[in-house]
Amino acid sequence: MKFKGKDVISIKDFSKKEINYILNYAKEMIPYAKGEKYAGILKGKVISSLFFEPSTRTRLSFESAMNRLGGRVIGFADPSETSQKKGESLSDTIRMANAYSDAIVIRHPQEGAARLAAEFADIPVLNAGDGAGHHPTQCLLDLFTILTEKKKIGKNKIVLLGDLKYGRTVHSLAYALSLYGAELTFVSPSILKMPKEVVEECKELSAEPIQTSSLEKAIKDADVLYVTRIQKERFPDAEEYNRVVGSYKIDNELLTNAKKDLIIMHPLPRVTEIDPEVDSTPHAIYFKQAFNGVPVRMALLSLVMGEKI
Amino acid sequence: MKAKELKIPRIKDGTVIDHITAGNAIKVLHILGISNSSSFVVSVAMNVKSKMGRKDIVKVENRELHSSEVDKIALVAPKATINIIRDYEVAKKHRVKLGDEVIGLVKCSNPTCISNSNEPVKSRFKIIGQDPLRIKCYYCEREPEDISERII
Repeated sequence: MKFKGKDVISIKDFSKKEINYILNYAKEMIPYAKGEKYAGILKGKVISSLFFEPSTRTRLSFESAMNRLGGRVIGFADPSETSQKKGESLSDTIRMANAYSDAIVIRHPQEGAARLAAEFADIPVLNAGDGAGHHPTQCLLDLFTILTEKKKIGKNKIVLLGDLKYGRTVHSLAYALSLYGAELTFVSPSILKMPKEVVEECKELSAEPIQTSSLEKAIKDADVLYVTRIQKERFPDAEEYNRVVGSYKIDNELLTNAKKDLIIMHPLPRVTEIDPEVDSTPHAIYFKQAFNGVPVRMALLSLVMGEKI
Repeated sequence: MKAKELKIPRIKDGTVIDHITAGNAIKVLHILGISNSSSFVVSVAMNVKSKMGRKDIVKVENRELHSSEVDKIALVAPKATINIIRDYEVAKKHRVKLGDEVIGLVKCSNPTCISNSNEPVKSRFKIIGQDPLRIKCYYCEREPEDISERII
């Protein structure tokens, strides 16, 4: 299996076999991600971390991953400090990063930005989120979390909840979970339903997702509850946002109807959709899920730069 | 064909676009940039009976279509044939054909697609269905619903 030089733009660019390989390799990375072991396999390598949109977990975990493997990070977290403010195009910015580093990590507000970056770069490009488009490394860490917590990905009953229309993580995840044969239920307010194309893609992979607005019913026999934030920044108008914000709230009372071993995931940040009282229950996996970004991104950086442990 | 059977007269020089999907002749004119201000003579026949059902025909006098224009026509009339007429005879005849991709011909319907920003790239779509024609943006993966409205 060849990963060296490969771009990571969409989860659809990877076969199930390749995804399994990445997830298994990420397991090996856990002690390195925790700092219990050290292997400077990326010593002398540099990544460009280009964040045109705010991020906490994705940016920090990519930077942590690179540092844990002995490499260095250059880049920016605020594009207003760059020549973009003077009107420089994305393609020219990419040409510069291509000249200065060995791989590029990019987050951008416009869909297709990472795909465009890959056209202008000779070095691997890793998509850290392109508008409402893809977020493949989030998808991989979500799969990794389900795998490590449930010991399998398929044959789980998985509920995706919240903003299924604009949420980029749930689109990639629905596709990937269908690839593994998981039983999917999509729960959302009617105006934030999973896009038709995503549902069709799931069906093409022989999944039969159930779509509903009733969380109480869906949660009863669920193994995994994947919660998403209703993203104000993706709404075309504030009125539409105000109509649906606060539609669902996960609290301990709701969880009395859930299975004991239900795990609750969230790509974070959360706002009001999960009550902090849930944090101390065994259901809450979201902070562990956020940590899993480090071993998964370590595995990816190591593989695309062709330096394995 | 006998002259009396012709819905619109033969032309001496120019282009005849035949087998246009019935009802799409106006869209073909739009793609060709033919409007009220155009100087050449254009004849249109719509919903004409043929062996393969109804079709539209467009005859453009004194203008031979270039291949880039032909590709665009395929976006709204995938079965159309192009006949180049010289001195009442068919000098060249070919069927419009789209390849695997449509590059630089259609604008992405997604306003926040990177291909709609000021980057030095042409729009690019993969053809995902022929009949009916379906295309998907290479960059943002969105499928425009009305392709003919998006032609550049």
